[in-house]
Amino acid sequence: MARLELKDIRKSFGGTDVLRGIDLDVEDGEFMSLVGASGCGKSTLLRIISGLENADSGQILLDGRPVGDDPPSGRNVAMVFQDYALYPHMSVAQNMAMPLVMARLPIYARLPGGRLFTPHLRGSRADIALQVEKVAGQLRIDHLLSRRPAQLSGGQRQRVALGRALVRNPSLFLMDEPLSNLDAKLRVEVRKEIVELHRKSDLTFVYVTHDQTEAMTMSDRVALLRHGRLLQVAMPGSLYFDPATIDVARFIGSPEINLFPARRKDGTLSFAGVRLSLSGGPMGDSDLMVAIRPEALVVKGAAGVASSPLEGPQFSIGVTREAIEDLGAEIVIHGRIARMPDIALRIRAQKSLHHAGPVAVPAQFDVRASLSSLLFFGADGQRINGVTAGVAQKALAR
Amino acid sequence: MSLIQTASAPMAPLMTRAAQALKGLTPGKVLTFLVLLGGAWVVIFPYVWMISSSLKPTDEVYDADFTIWPKTFAGVQNYLDVLIEQPYPTFLLNSLIVCAGVLAVQLVTAIPAAYALAKLKFRGATILLGTVIACITIPINVTSIPLYLGLVRAGLLDTYFSMMFPFLVSVFAIFLFRQFFKSYPESIIEAARVDGFSEIEIVLRLIVPAAVPAVAAFSVFSFVAHWNDLYWPLIVVQSQDKMTASLSMMQYRSEFDINYGRTFAAATVVTIPMLIVFFFARRAFVRGITMSGVKG
Ligand SMILES: Nc1ncnc2c1ncn2[C@@H]1O[C@H](COP(=O)(O)OP(=O)(O)OP(=O)(O)O)[C@@H](O)[C@H]1O
Ligand SMILES: [Mg+2]
Repeated sequence: MARLELKDIRKSFGGTDVLRGIDLDVEDGEFMSLVGASGCGKSTLLRIISGLENADSGQILLDGRPVGDDPPSGRNVAMVFQDYALYPHMSVAQNMAMPLVMARLPIYARLPGGRLFTPHLRGSRADIALQVEKVAGQLRIDHLLSRRPAQLSGGQRQRVALGRALVRNPSLFLMDEPLSNLDAKLRVEVRKEIVELHRKSDLTFVYVTHDQTEAMTMSDRVALLRHGRLLQVAMPGSLYFDPATIDVARFIGSPEINLFPARRKDGTLSFAGVRLSLSGGPMGDSDLMVAIRPEALVVKGAAGVASSPLEGPQFSIGVTREAIEDLGAEIVIHGRIARMPDIALRIRAQKSLHHAGPVAVPAQFDVRASLSSLLFFGADGQRINGVTAGVAQKALAR
Repeated sequence: MSLIQTASAPMAPLMTRAAQALKGLTPGKVLTFLVLLGGAWVVIFPYVWMISSSLKPTDEVYDADFTIWPKTFAGVQNYLDVLIEQPYPTFLLNSLIVCAGVLAVQLVTAIPAAYALAKLKFRGATILLGTVIACITIPINVTSIPLYLGLVRAGLLDTYFSMMFPFLVSVFAIFLFRQFFKSYPESIIEAARVDGFSEIEIVLRLIVPAAVPAVAAFSVFSFVAHWNDLYWPLIVVQSQDKMTASLSMMQYRSEFDINYGRTFAAATVVTIPMLIVFFFARRAFVRGITMSGVKG
């Protein structure tokens, strides 16, 4: 239970800047995910928070207290590692007891045989054993307490690692890709359990992942990291529907968002053969990028594809089909714009529930979309807000 | 009836097993077996000879036709001479004290040093490691004269301390353990740091239990080397009551002995502790050597 503040954290390794000024506030009890491509510095940031690594500059505050100079053990943080990092020569019970033993027993009582000389600590030892059993019960690993890590399955090891982190009521719970070594099914299951754990415990979580699905489904807020900078920190929904930059829009969402180079001239926007009137936003002629999510495009004239009704003014684009991926309940169509074959297009569509036969998409087809689902970005990649697109006078809506 | 049955029951599978083993025997296998047997005999023969001679009177040791079992059994006399008339128990105890003392201090110094070199980041770590490796190449003969002079000045000759002193820090052990510790997973050490382990406890609770084979292998090396060492005890030991077992063997040859039966009995007594050490540590020893071999 703690509030974490990072102020202008910087870190470089031998001349390579890995973190270039990170400012991040994590509220008490919040589940914050750090997402980003491989090598963008997520683990480094987490290790700096935990104290395993020192930042070159910047401040780390836990509940307002600077902890930058404290060793990991002095910060009362718990960390779950990707490879679980269980102590191989100890039983599950011993593994889980370690953080408490280290925190509550003096060093002479922890030495081999220390138990014999410290009968007065019997109460503390019993408390620790009790706490371990309680947490093991919560995680449903109480039947495994006497086993060694080598005798456990991946999912069981994962739970032990979670248990070891949980026993001592940490103020901050750090996880570095804890699910990446599990198979797909188990991953979904443990994902749910971690969310449940967070909901029940009110602990502050910082969760590192490169899997955006994990980040989007589990977190209160997501921090998107790229090349050592935070691109955007927002709730999963607004990150998806309201991205601040073109990089965010491209990173979040699968298949990737559709992007079209566009030109604004005399209040008219033209892209991909579409002409729209544009009002609001910075005036003047400029180059823009127009973006639209793959599921906002609605396919016309394909058999077996549900076409959801569109609202408001619309536009349409002619598409040449290239490939179709069948995902079961939905399909992803890869195509190119008919009049501009160098622009690729991705469309995600639900299958129709009432259609028995296979999906049939013609080689040439039209897609339609609402103008309201368009996103506009400037040439610098920043989102342009306050722009409204309208149907141009000589609209092309065929 | 029942006796025969119970006796023959386990015999039957044994016979078929033997038959199967014979059936799988190719000329190549037979040859391999014979070569191995020959090799084993070459290695074992000196020991057999030593033990056999230790049971004979002197004139029979010189006898031209060698028999493994003595014609005249003098074993009791020889061993009683060694163990009771000569101060062999004292010699053995001296050797034991020196070897155990050396080993204990070597482990206490080498394990933390190796951990630091393998897992801690600090300024000068690379240079320090280079120094350690360079030190492996310095033989004792180079340092023995200054050490001797120093011990003379300090008035410490003919003490257990002087017998152990040059060996208390083993750079070889530091290097061996460093190679072994290097492969210990970084994330487990980091988990331990987050959990509140001190660095010493990381070494004691995590690293050492994983390094038992390396520690065992080095212990056997060290123990055997110092048990058999003649050079340094010869330099610093002056009195009978500090004499080590191997040094005493030399004294036998030079001073008294014409009695070779007794000399061999003494040699047997001196070697047996080594055999015992090796038998106890054998499995871990082999594992330690092969593992460090792969990674080193
Ligand atoms: N100890 C180190 N020494 C030198 N470079 C390092 C060190 N640790 C990390 N780096 C570099 O810093 C960059 C970021 O590493 P980091 O482990 O934080 O990435 P990540 O976002 O966690 O990636 P992944 O998703 O692959 O785990 C990488 O380019 C890496 O090579
Ligand atoms: Mg990482």
